[in-house]
Amino acid sequence: MDYQNIFTRVQVRGPLYAGVAAKDQGAFQRGETSFFFYWAGKLGDAQIGPIYLGYLGVASIVCFVVAFEIVGLNMLAQVNWDPIQFVRQLFWLALEPPAPKYGLSIPPLAEGGWWLMAGGFLTASIFLWWARMYRRARQLGMGTHVAWAFAAAIWLYLVLGFIRPIFMGSWSEAVPFGIFPHLDWTAAFSIRYGNLFYNPFHALSIVFLYGSTLLFAMHAATILAVGRYGGERELEQIADRGTASERAGLFWRWTMGFNATMESIHRWAWWFAVLCPLTGGIGILLTGTVVDNWYLWAVNHGVAPAYPGYVPPTVDPAALVGGAR
Amino acid sequence: MKTLLSHAPRLGLAFGVALAAGLLAGCEVPPQKSEQSGYRGTGMAQITSPETLEKIAAANGIPEAQPDADDGGPRAKEAYQNVQVLGHLSEGQFLRVMTAITEWVSPEQGCAYCHNVENLADDSLYTKKVSRRMLQMTQAINTQWTSHVAQTGVTCYTCHRGQPVPANIWFSDKGAQTAGFAADPSGQNAPAKSVAYSSLPRDPFTSLLMGKGQIRVNGVEALAGKPGEPIQSAESTYALMMHMSTGLGVNCTFCHNSRAFSDWAQSPPQRVTAWHGIQMVRGLNNDYLEPLRTTYPAERLGPEGDAPKAYCSTCHAGVNKPLGGVSMLKDYLKELSPPKP
Repeated sequence: MDYQNIFTRVQVRGPLYAGVAAKDQGAFQRGETSFFFYWAGKLGDAQIGPIYLGYLGVASIVCFVVAFEIVGLNMLAQVNWDPIQFVRQLFWLALEPPAPKYGLSIPPLAEGGWWLMAGGFLTASIFLWWARMYRRARQLGMGTHVAWAFAAAIWLYLVLGFIRPIFMGSWSEAVPFGIFPHLDWTAAFSIRYGNLFYNPFHALSIVFLYGSTLLFAMHAATILAVGRYGGERELEQIADRGTASERAGLFWRWTMGFNATMESIHRWAWWFAVLCPLTGGIGILLTGTVVDNWYLWAVNHGVAPAYPGYVPPTVDPAALVGGAR
Repeated sequence: MKTLLSHAPRLGLAFGVALAAGLLAGCEVPPQKSEQSGYRGTGMAQITSPETLEKIAAANGIPEAQPDADDGGPRAKEAYQNVQVLGHLSEGQFLRVMTAITEWVSPEQGCAYCHNVENLADDSLYTKKVSRRMLQMTQAINTQWTSHVAQTGVTCYTCHRGQPVPANIWFSDKGAQTAGFAADPSGQNAPAKSVAYSSLPRDPFTSLLMGKGQIRVNGVEALAGKPGEPIQSAESTYALMMHMSTGLGVNCTFCHNSRAFSDWAQSPPQRVTAWHGIQMVRGLNNDYLEPLRTTYPAERLGPEGDAPKAYCSTCHAGVNKPLGGVSMLKDYLKELSPPKP
């Protein structure tokens, strides 16, 4: 059977491997159990384990479970503890932040206290997981690129749920925990602040989002395309120059005159991915704190074009004499 | 050797077809019609489904007008007792409009729905007192609210459509409440027909179509100054607009240029009509409908003990011009307008 790498039916399996030695294993030892799992091999490496959890991992999971339970049990209470209604209405249910009247004070549990607590535990869980990623990378002698990429996402999360609400002076500005409710929040947020599409940082964020998918597609397609020459196998590339990697580079020089290197393509991808939430977070943070109406801002700065209006022009009836009743 | 896995491609295909069919089951059948309604390139268009429009047209048939009545002879207030609103009509016109009202509002129950048949002048039935107020309301709409109803006007049928209680009415609705210290869903986050099954506040009407809640949430200055409306206000406005959109069977762009919802200069002229409609409904709910709370028996009141009230779909019933824009009023101008001073 040929090796096919879009939908491959071949699983690459070596002997079970415990991994390289770490500098300092800490109090917890790396788990000793590893095994092969056929379906995992369909997606990636068939070997499961060894797993390292450690203090940070355990604490992070505990905090996450607490946050998850706070959100889930409150949702369950909202359907009167009916598991069938819980499933039916799950996409609509939410844990809402406090009402505007509470500002930044601590509200009663039923009126946003649970939201504050869930947010606190979720944030603790995320921070602990970030520290775990950083330490695991360091102990394997790796760079900390994964942790910093994760930090970019944490920045956007904190802006939405913590930093911007503090600048606005009210927890009510934050996002509810819920599937449709957070989407409705997003739409209402854009409408309230005069159309987020005129926010240049939102635009930048979209550039990096779509740019990421483009880079991802180009890079992934290139490597898959030279898979028949072993392009995805790092050792063979070093041994047999002039086959896979060289061919991939030549392909791009032919088609667009320039090619990324095996290293630079990953820097491109990393920066595009990281800048997406970084710029997005800046855009959210400016909204309501600095800019109240992005459409009017865009008009003032020559961003939003003018189009011919209606004839006769539509006039606000409330502004006419006797308009307001 | 045949195994389950060797059937996988076919099983996958069957599953894919079933999944696609399931996901598309809620959609309108194409083709949809798109009609440009503003400057090119601005996305100003109305999307309609001919199939849905046919159904709506079929559901919006109009009863024939009663034969004309002579204006001569004694006035109704002289011929009958206790005629407080329609006393200026001739006897013939009075009976004509009574017949029409029966056809419009209580075709099955007949006169006895409002009248004590032993003594038609008797006010003992609550329905009679309510219908008297409704006649006054109709007259007020047709004279004081032409900014919204124009010369088309309204009749009882515009809302009632042959039913004693119109199909589209609203009550204050706090939504599900939680007991103890569990988080309160604050009147949202449950599928509600009133707001097109979104998770938005299910009752934006108590605040926005009766109270003095703020519908306009956008900042009028580019830069932030004093604190503006919170996100929650925007969600209430959004919820009301969901009702308007479904209640009138139109897209957002029927009244707004969605790039700047608040900007009147870019809005189609329909937005002005809609604005007057909101003012009208506020007026009707406050001056006519909610005060009837004490007249209704308990079973006609909502869960919060409030009277049934009107919103956009009460008259519009999914059409941007109620009953397709046909004026039933023109056949009852004298009856459903207040007496000329």
